[in-house]
This record gives sequence, structure tokens and C-alpha cells, in this order.
Amino acid sequence: MIEAKQDFKQEKETLIIKGNVAASYAAKSARVQVISAYPITPQTTVVEKLSEFVDKGEMPGTQYIKVESEHSVMASIIGASTAGTRTFTATSGQGLFYMYEMVHWAAGTRLPIVTTIASRGPAPPWNIWADFTDVISCRDTGWMISFASSHQEIYDDILMSYKICEDYDILLPKFVAYGGFILSHTSKPVIIEDQAKVDDFLPPLPDEKGWPHIFLDPERPMMHGNLIMPAGFYNEFRLKIHYTHALAKEKIKEVTSDFEKFFGRSYGNGLIEEYRMNDAEVAIINYGELAMQMEEAVDQLRNEGYKVGCVKLRYFRPFPVEDIINVAKKVKVLGVADRATAFGSPTGGPVSSEVKSALYGSGVSTKVLPIIMGLGGREVSLEQQINQLKTLIKLNETGELPKDMIEGTFWDGLLEVE
Amino acid sequence: MDKVKWKNICEDKDKRPIVQEYHNWEELPPIPISLPIKGAIGTTGDWRTFKPIIDKEKCTKCGICWMYCPEGTIIKNEKGEFEVDYVYCKGCGICAKECPTKCIEMVRESEE
Repeated sequence: MIEAKQDFKQEKETLIIKGNVAASYAAKSARVQVISAYPITPQTTVVEKLSEFVDKGEMPGTQYIKVESEHSVMASIIGASTAGTRTFTATSGQGLFYMYEMVHWAAGTRLPIVTTIASRGPAPPWNIWADFTDVISCRDTGWMISFASSHQEIYDDILMSYKICEDYDILLPKFVAYGGFILSHTSKPVIIEDQAKVDDFLPPLPDEKGWPHIFLDPERPMMHGNLIMPAGFYNEFRLKIHYTHALAKEKIKEVTSDFEKFFGRSYGNGLIEEYRMNDAEVAIINYGELAMQMEEAVDQLRNEGYKVGCVKLRYFRPFPVEDIINVAKKVKVLGVADRATAFGSPTGGPVSSEVKSALYGSGVSTKVLPIIMGLGGREVSLEQQINQLKTLIKLNETGELPKDMIEGTFWDGLLEVE
Repeated sequence: MDKVKWKNICEDKDKRPIVQEYHNWEELPPIPISLPIKGAIGTTGDWRTFKPIIDKEKCTKCGICWMYCPEGTIIKNEKGEFEVDYVYCKGCGICAKECPTKCIEMVRESEE
């Protein structure tokens, strides 16, 4: 039996740490009770740090399970969560793909598992650098998916995730994704919050009764996961997951605003963050670390007098349809920059396809320019992002499309070797 | 309409209804669950192709069939004899395989 609340001291302090270590500190601050993980680049240091915490006795009351594969990681986490514990794991790229069967199982069982993904490009060709195709391949599993764009946001978003996922009206698992190496292996100052304050912010750890809908208790035996015949309620249980994603949008907004009241850091309305959008004529949507760099690009062009803005997409699932429509209403041309692929989809980029789908039938006729860039960790420089904004300005003023338009999408930064 | 009646099933073991009744998706709990009741998936005896018939003359009442039956469909009566509950017995044949005196015969349903 795991002791739920034993004490360790953590006062508010600022540490210069890697993004992965920020994720480890978040799991510690959330007092997770069971961690199960298998090392994979670039996620490895998340769980290395956590195993160090557990080994040194800095996380009393936490069990660390060593397993032989990512499939077993999620299987053991599902078991632990079913027993009524707060759980955490982390993975990347191929590891997530190996975990995939169990990823569906976690959402179907409605377990509030939080998992961080240090995103990397899918192989082959072998790649370990930033590319969100891995987490986005879990689009239809029922998990919530958010992107962190800074070291601090990794820490903050994991804390918020537990509060969102463990709400009894939600009860869904969630991925928190950030770019491999760019955030995972670089160091920046991160505020680690005072433990008593984090305890106040988060819901209490589940007691021995477990979650309201599933538990392992010999006194109250139940079985889950057995067959539903085609005439049974299968469709209806699927609908409940979809409907809960709609409910989660409100919950995310509420928790993000709570978080700001507690800790003073703001993340837009929770689903998106707008930047200098008030009188913008063109704007661009980014997610992950490049959304932060885009704010700098916007500042530079604003200084030159251009009316540009940008939007950081924080959530991919649930997808903030209403907020995206409102953003599109404000501008004449909207770029959507994907650091991920969705082969064979309308635009080839997962988020740009979603944005177009959200706008269809909304009565908003804003021109959308899908952009794909920076796959597999290819550097996207500030200058490149400034040029993306200039491309949008040109498209607005003259209707001229960029050179590398392929099947309706601007593939920015394709190599050309002489 | 009580949309949270599933919570009683989860929280209070004494008030659990034998059969859960839901009328639409809003009434359903977040996940499908089964409670341990007899025949949760229906009259599984309908699935049977071969029927175990116990020869009570040869039976030594050792109870090995009762112990091995995966579905709990072998029942000990007041006389200490073993009988099969044919409403739920799926006819897997494990009892016949394990019987040390070979007093259980698997007979094709139509040939009985």
C-alpha cells in the first residue's frame, strides 16, 4: 500500500534546469504516486531525474516501476491508475508508437494519466529531433493533447493537467508535448513552486476508494473491458468520450485562470494565447517552442510598422474550434505553421487541416496558408519566421503565393543544393 | 431523470442493483462495467456444441470437475453429487478432460 501524503520540503525557488528536468519537478510537485517508464531519447532524462528523486528518498510515497518496454509502461500505469493512484510517465517517438495499443485503453477506461512527450520525428529515416508527428498520431485515441512552448510551461502545464484530468466530470488522460532537444535538453530558469501552494491548487490525491468510476476493491468487485455486442452501448460510450472533450474546453479555461490566480503566470484563455492580435491584418498560428520565437518575429515586424500578430495553439485535443474562428475573423490572411505531418490529409499538416475544417461553414472567409517547416529538428530561424510573416503580408496585398507551394501547402525551407 | 445513478453502483456495495438499467448515453457511467452477477453475458449454454454428461454410477464425487470448471457451472447438490448447470455451461470439455475416472462424456448436442 502506498502512503498517500508524506512530507518533503520544497520552497519556491528558481532553478536553471533542462525542460526534461522541469517535467520531473512537476511530477514531484504533483506528488505522483506511481511512475513507470522506459528510456527513449529525447525523453530519457525526465525519468532519470525521477528515479534519482525516488532513489534519494526525495519522493516518499512514490513507487517507480521498471519495465521492459513502452507497451508495458502504459499497461502498468493503467493498472496503477485503476487502483486509484496519481500516475506519471514520459516517452517519445518510436516509444509512443510501441505504447499505442495501451494509449487507446487508457482513454477508453477514462483514467486521468498524465504523460509527457519530448517529441521527435518518426523513423525511418532515424530521427530523434523535434517534430510533433509522434504525439499527433494519437489524435483519435481520446487523450487530451497540449503543447508546452517554454521550460516554465512544461512545469506549469503538467500541474494544470492533473487538475483538469482528475476532475470527475472529465476523467481523461492527457499528453503534454514539447520539442525534443530544443526544450528537453536546453537549460533555462524555471520557478518550482512552494509545495503547500501546489497541494492547495491540485485536487487531493485519490483516497482508498479510488476514482468514482473504476477501482480495484475486493469489497466492491467490478469488471471492465469486457465485450459489448454490436447492439449494446458501444456507440454511446464513444460519444461520451467525444462529449467530454467538449466539456474539457471549459474546464481547461477554468483551471488556467485558477492557475494564474495561484501562481501569477498566464497562458491566454488556456486553449490559445493571442499575441498582438488587436489590429493585426495577417497572423500565424504556431505550437510548441516555435510559437515563442514567433512572438519575437512579430515584435520585429511591428517595429517596422507591419500589422502582424501571432497565436499560440496550446491544445490540439480538444481542438479550440470557437477560438480559432474568432482569431480568423480578426485577420485577412492566417498562416498555420506545422512542425508535423499528416500525410494525405487536405493540407499535409495536421493543425492546418484542423483549422481549415474549423473555418468551413463558419461564415469566415479568411484566407488560410498552410505551412510545413522544421521537420525532424530542422532549424527554423527567427529570420525564417519573419519571412513567413512577410509571405503572408505579400499574399494579403498582392495575392502572390510563395514559390514552394506544393499541393496547396507552403513547404518552407526545402533544401536546394547546388 | 437521474443522470448519476451509476454512482450508487460504484460506491455502495449493499445497494447495487442486480441488473443495471440505462436508457440513453447521458445516463451511462463513463465506462462500461460488469458487476459479479450470474450470467452477466446471457445464457451462455446456447454456445455449446458438446454437452458434458456425468455418469453418476462411475463418479467418485472427488470434486475435480467442480474445481476445474472455468465458469462455475458444476454444482454440488444436497446429496453431494455433482451436476451441470446447462443454462450456462459452454461445453468447453475441461471437466471431461480432468475427470480421473473418465465418468464425464462430451456428447454432441443433436445426438444426445
